[in-house]
Amino acid sequence: MSMILLIEQLLNGIQSGLMLFLMAAGLTLVFGVMGLINLAHGSLYMVGAFACAGVAAATGSFWLGLAASIAAAAAAGAIVEVAVIRRLYARDHLDQVLATFALILIFSEGTRWLYGSFPLYLNVPAALSGSVTLPGGIQYSLFRLAIIGAGLAVAVGLFLLIGKTRIGVQVRAGEADREMIAGLGVDIGRLYTLVFALGAALAGLAGALVGTIQSVQVGMGEPVLILAFVVIVIGGIGSIKGALIGALLVGLTDTMGRVLLPPLFSLFMETSAATSIGAALASMAIYILMALVLIVRPGGLFGARA
Amino acid sequence: MSAAEIPAPRARRAAPSRETLVNAGLGLALLVFGIGAWLLDEPFLITLATKVAILAIAGAGLNLVLGYGGLVSFGHAAYFGIGGYTSGILAHHALNYTPMFEWPFLFEGSTSMPLIWLFAMVLGGLAALAIGALSLRTTGVYFIMITLAFGQMIFYFAISWPAYGGEDGLPIYVRNGFPGLNTLDPIQFFALAVAVLFAVLGLISMLAHSRFGLALQAARQNRQRLMAVGIRPGGVLLVAFVISGAITALAGALYADLNRFVSPSMLSWHLSGELLVFLILGGTGRLFAPLAGAGLYITLEHVLGGVSDYWQFYFGLLLLGVVLFARGGVIGFLTGGRHG
Amino acid sequence: MTRYLTTTALALSMIGGAAMAEPVKVGMITTLSGGGASLGIDTRDGFMLAVEEAGNPELEVVIEDDQQKPEIAVQLSDKMIQSEDVDVLTGIVWSNLAMAVVPGATRQGKFYLSTNAAPSQLAGKGCHENYFSVSYQNDNLHEAAGAYATNEGFGTMFIMAPNYPAGQDSLAGFKRFYEGEVASEVYTQLGQTDYAAEIAQIRDSGADGLFFFLPGGMGISFMKQWAEAGIDMPVVGPAFSFSQDILPAIGDAAIGVKNTAQWSKDIDNEANAHFVEAFEAKYDRLPSLYAAQGYDTARLLLAAMDKADISDADAFREALRAAEFDSVRGKFSFGPNQHPVQDIYVREVVSEDGTLTNKIVATAMEDRGDAYAEECKM
Repeated sequence: MSMILLIEQLLNGIQSGLMLFLMAAGLTLVFGVMGLINLAHGSLYMVGAFACAGVAAATGSFWLGLAASIAAAAAAGAIVEVAVIRRLYARDHLDQVLATFALILIFSEGTRWLYGSFPLYLNVPAALSGSVTLPGGIQYSLFRLAIIGAGLAVAVGLFLLIGKTRIGVQVRAGEADREMIAGLGVDIGRLYTLVFALGAALAGLAGALVGTIQSVQVGMGEPVLILAFVVIVIGGIGSIKGALIGALLVGLTDTMGRVLLPPLFSLFMETSAATSIGAALASMAIYILMALVLIVRPGGLFGARA
Repeated sequence: MSAAEIPAPRARRAAPSRETLVNAGLGLALLVFGIGAWLLDEPFLITLATKVAILAIAGAGLNLVLGYGGLVSFGHAAYFGIGGYTSGILAHHALNYTPMFEWPFLFEGSTSMPLIWLFAMVLGGLAALAIGALSLRTTGVYFIMITLAFGQMIFYFAISWPAYGGEDGLPIYVRNGFPGLNTLDPIQFFALAVAVLFAVLGLISMLAHSRFGLALQAARQNRQRLMAVGIRPGGVLLVAFVISGAITALAGALYADLNRFVSPSMLSWHLSGELLVFLILGGTGRLFAPLAGAGLYITLEHVLGGVSDYWQFYFGLLLLGVVLFARGGVIGFLTGGRHG
Repeated sequence: MTRYLTTTALALSMIGGAAMAEPVKVGMITTLSGGGASLGIDTRDGFMLAVEEAGNPELEVVIEDDQQKPEIAVQLSDKMIQSEDVDVLTGIVWSNLAMAVVPGATRQGKFYLSTNAAPSQLAGKGCHENYFSVSYQNDNLHEAAGAYATNEGFGTMFIMAPNYPAGQDSLAGFKRFYEGEVASEVYTQLGQTDYAAEIAQIRDSGADGLFFFLPGGMGISFMKQWAEAGIDMPVVGPAFSFSQDILPAIGDAAIGVKNTAQWSKDIDNEANAHFVEAFEAKYDRLPSLYAAQGYDTARLLLAAMDKADISDADAFREALRAAEFDSVRGKFSFGPNQHPVQDIYVREVVSEDGTLTNKIVATAMEDRGDAYAEECKM
């Protein structure tokens, strides 16, 4: 494989990882601060994608669609938090898993009821389409570069928010000791709703960005949800840094696995068996990675003491 | 008054607890439904009842580690699928007269249910041993996620393994045989499934009341206290996990025979989620919860599914309601929250 | 569940006493919900259009949704055979569901007419006298793509499909008729949505052309990403990735792609012209490949009902084999394994007055049967 191809694949892995980070960041925040497993996070991703497609089709502007996706997902998140999630904080994990599993059903079937079963149309805006030539002679899609940029911007923004602002202080204190900050006079209810809505907004943004280059259809959030859970488990629950590192690890493993394993196997096996087995192993690779990490560090890479 | 004049307490036979009555009611309901369908000549409804029984067995396996042991396993579909594929692969080789392996002895597969069940349970138990040993090093949400991950691994493996159909699945053209029965006759297969269900529930009941079962429930309630008494919770939980995997695998083998078909969808996380749903609908930790939950779910699927294409929307609302407001599930509701 | 009795049948049954041949009850199991619903909905709509046009009082159709799950399909087929007592089953879109249902159904003496899925196992060793495919054999469209690539002089090709049996079959089918050199053969993950890695490999390979099989949402994602990458390479694939029902979701990224199919709305014959017009009038959208296949299947069944009585299975089978109906594809006949022998065309995606659709540009194969007919011992 040529050096140019290798670098391009690395970029692909990073881009895929950063999209996962947008999903995982919200998930890990919600779990870290509120102690809640939220399976419906993938549905919020879907809401963002549908909102973007719907608004973009109605107004003709992708940028309005993007803004709508963030707003719609945040709003949906806030409503769900107040209506349902609030009652789950004191419950055990099983109840949280099942209640949010129920939310998935409600969101998915509800969306199908509203929009039908055919996939929706959402396309890259003219300003971001086509490819650019990077130093070194690599041709790379401009939109994917924009995604990498957006992901890095969000990462920086989150670090600043959590590290440097008052809200961030409350979030970090809440992760450390929930009862204490309530005792210190912080409005817990408002904080939780805010954190949940923030996580939802990030998921919605991811949905809109990814939906633009993939397809917008019911159930699109589920595979991403599983991957996001894998990411936060690898990274350590509650840690934004862990979510970033974990997401990049998963993105790179997935991309490089798909690219490198089949040729690796064909070194000592005939091609069609090699490609088949290599592809199979590549699809299992992320889960094998997660299992290995958990065996060595049961709390994840940057997790709080288990 | 002298000691001789104080009346001795009369030994009273304890009245059957409310839960036992509910359980008897549920078992009876299943039997009545199946036999009724047979008398009315509705073979499809018998098949539906058989499906309830088999899914209840799968749920019972999960209930052992979840209800009694407190382990939220989100990957139990793995054992269900392993049981199913064991059945499918053994039957496939037997029907095609192609040997599975020739060393150390010639083995051409099998279409005999007892043998298939034995294989399924052993393989399911072994898988649970491997997965459990690794997963039990973690706790809480990490445990949930790692069981999910293992389930996904096996799922992707099955899809990519072309020899046994991959994503297309593996059809089994005839139903495997059980000595003395015509298994193709829906009522006879139903009777077989129900017999297995009651045997499994009996086994779980025995386990729950044994020393092992008490240690298991203690592990759920307070691990440190169990350690203080000198029992390693990890060991107890692992044994429970292995038994649970074997039971769910047995259900998988039966399910493969019911549909005469095995597919990777038996390994999907959706199925793992559905097993959890059965338990909470039925009432987690109750002996007959799997039967109540599976029965309710299948009934809703059949009845609501006929009414609306979007029945899962309503089902989601129902499930949400149950989780939020009816914590004890069906059995909890029927027994007024009292544990038998 | 929906049940269709034509109004004539309803009227006649109320009058009663009319002397009729044995009524035929059809059980249609197809995908009406979930991500793949558009194919099932088209199948059902095409089939029912033909049923309503014919107004045959002896035909009753029961329709159920399999939700793209094999276990549900098996249960529905059990229900239809045991409770509803159907004579003919049809409608399944996906090969894995077909493999679950067809062997059992045919062995219970029911006819199965496939409106879409036609896996190789059922065309060769697993063939059965009660099983007919009215669409094609799964490999056909891929074989035609291989033939087209050879005819166009593409010396090297990059080929790609998901890693599951239909994907493996597709690349095998392509290679069967492609005489050039395969630059690279890549299997993607089933359900994969991000193809950046594969696109980079394609660009790097410098092949003369790209062949891919990515049904449903996978194909939509791939084409959108492909358009972004701006690689100047001709693309050819089977019609599954470019059917009328998903073209709108891909958008202009699809324009110029060649795809192979045994039907296109611009095939020039009376039956097809009528079908396209009637479909558009009734459903307010253009028909896809799946709708055409559904329509033809119903017409085949109706033609057989005119010739023979369902109670005489052998005669009915012969009537089906004769295939004396006006297919929207023009010429149509069955091979020895009861799969079609037909022409396969190459279509190009074009924009007609702002609507994306397909237009025939060449014929890839004439009178093509399939590669598995010889293995079928009927």
